[in-house]
Amino acid sequence: MNTLRKTWHPYISPFDPCTPIKVKTYSTPPNLYMGFQPPGLEQFTPMEALRAGTLWKAFYDPWYSPYEKAREGQ
Amino acid sequence: MWVYEKKLQYPVRVSTCNPKLAKFLIEQYGGADGELAAALRYLNQRYSIPDKVIGLLTDIGTEEFAHLEMIATMVYKLTKDATPDQMKAAGLGDHYANHDNALFYHNAAGVPWTATYIQAKGDPIADLYEDIAAEEKARATYQWIINMSDDTDLNDGLRFLREREIIHSQRFREAVEILKEERDKKKFF
Repeated sequence: MNTLRKTWHPYISPFDPCTPIKVKTYSTPPNLYMGFQPPGLEQFTPMEALRAGTLWKAFYDPWYSPYEKAREGQ
Repeated sequence: MWVYEKKLQYPVRVSTCNPKLAKFLIEQYGGADGELAAALRYLNQRYSIPDKVIGLLTDIGTEEFAHLEMIATMVYKLTKDATPDQMKAAGLGDHYANHDNALFYHNAAGVPWTATYIQAKGDPIADLYEDIAAEEKARATYQWIINMSDDTDLNDGLRFLREREIIHSQRFREAVEILKEERDKKKFF
């Protein structure tokens, strides 16, 4: 596993009405790669785990809006 | 039987009065891949699944109700003091006409929840694969809602819920591995 986000380049027609999105991304969360969870994985502290939503660091993959920064810049 | 704890699984903070966002969020309340559908799907499939994974369905089905409660709190806070005009402006005029500011089990487009959203095939692999798909679809729904939301406090709660979908999917995948009964065995094919 290298990244938890993958990208692809959709075809762009010269006649597309909307401003084309050149690169599209999608999420490939860690559960796709783990198989049966091996023993002895690294853990968050209990307080961190409650906030993160998981005890296991290997499964932590938070999603942030790619548009959030752009909106704040306005 | 259940024991109820009078608190949310994760604190829900909402920083803006934003009925529009409630309209989107309701998808996770009464939508096809929402928390209600998930809870009912898992808790119902328990009866006809091999003993080894019943407990998993009980645990996750129960947690889905805790998530349902969080979504309900979010929607409630986003619309609590919204005036009829604000509801109308947010595209919730139809909702207001039927429900005032009450919550109801329907999706973002106002379609009421239906049992046809869920399935119990009786075949353990078919049922678990549906559960995995449901978790991935719920994860994606959270992504799209986070993308549309600029309420950072609310997004914090939504990120927690999305992370739980990842963990649930992982556990369902492990349940499949358990039922395959090939784990840790030397393979001679």
